[in-house]
Amino acid sequence: MTEGAFTADTMVLFAILGMAAVTYALRAGGYWVMGRVNVTPRIRRGLEALPGAIIVSTILPIILQGGLVVGLCIIVAVAAQLRMKKEYIAVFCAAAAAAALRAGGI
Amino acid sequence: MLEKNVTLSLKGCVRGALMCVPVFPGIIVFGAVFGTVAAQKGLTFLETILMNSLVYAGASQFVAMEIFTEPLDHGTLIAMIGVTAAVNMRMLLIGASLRPWLGQLPGHQTYPALFFLTDLNWLLTLAQYDKGERDWGIYLGSGLTVWAVWSLSVIPGYFAGSLISDPKTFGLDLVLPAFFAALLVPLWKGKRQTYSWAIAGGVAWVTWALFGGYWGIFTGAFAGAIAGAYLDD
Repeated sequence: MTEGAFTADTMVLFAILGMAAVTYALRAGGYWVMGRVNVTPRIRRGLEALPGAIIVSTILPIILQGGLVVGLCIIVAVAAQLRMKKEYIAVFCAAAAAAALRAGGI
Repeated sequence: MLEKNVTLSLKGCVRGALMCVPVFPGIIVFGAVFGTVAAQKGLTFLETILMNSLVYAGASQFVAMEIFTEPLDHGTLIAMIGVTAAVNMRMLLIGASLRPWLGQLPGHQTYPALFFLTDLNWLLTLAQYDKGERDWGIYLGSGLTVWAVWSLSVIPGYFAGSLISDPKTFGLDLVLPAFFAALLVPLWKGKRQTYSWAIAGGVAWVTWALFGGYWGIFTGAFAGAIAGAYLDD
């Protein structure tokens, strides 16, 4: 922090505004397009399949990068969710399992 | 095929807000680490706050900071916006899937609310929708809460360096993936999910192996949705 904390560089400001604009366009764009498309049963089923598909596509690379501990802890989270059906318990179990496994040197 | 009985109430907002509480530790650590990274890269406090609160998409902010150099030239500026778009491409699909639910609401309500769209409040919202919930306060309340927590969490990170020297020691890096995995469990209904998830996972994996980065989320999700649309029970 050589300059003042409450100043902003013009170029950096443009970058921030550009990033914000493109992100909002993506947030609103998919919703906007679907308002102009006739939502047939097939499209509806595709949209219904999205949440699961996105979660799987998001978690898989995290597991592949994170290795054994992350993989095991995701299994712990799923097992806890199957038994208790409470997200916060599943999250707590996974984090605790990760801390324990790492403290154990795995 | 649009839902007509969608309501909005303060009670729904509060319920949505409370549902996010278990992931607060994950959000706070993630936000604080972004503050630290931004400070190290030479952003001013104001620039950090603006980027964090206006872009409001964690992974893309980190990737943009990776390529940020000081002083910022035009090429790097364009590249920062480009990688932000690439990482956030999945938002197109996420937003699209909200249409059947929120489509009957007036645009002056939905379009401002879409600024607060993240994977997190979207997943919470659709999980509740699945259970018969029709109060979109769940979406708005959770979106505003996560945004507020995310916006504030960057401040201690910016000034204190890393609050927790290694989040991994406490398993905090597992909070968000574990939450997503837990949300996945009730979505499984049968054969159709098994196949479409397997296809999504396979495509995401191949994309990740070939290109790395975040493209796999988009390609995997898209492939999974196509599979879901064409698999008949």
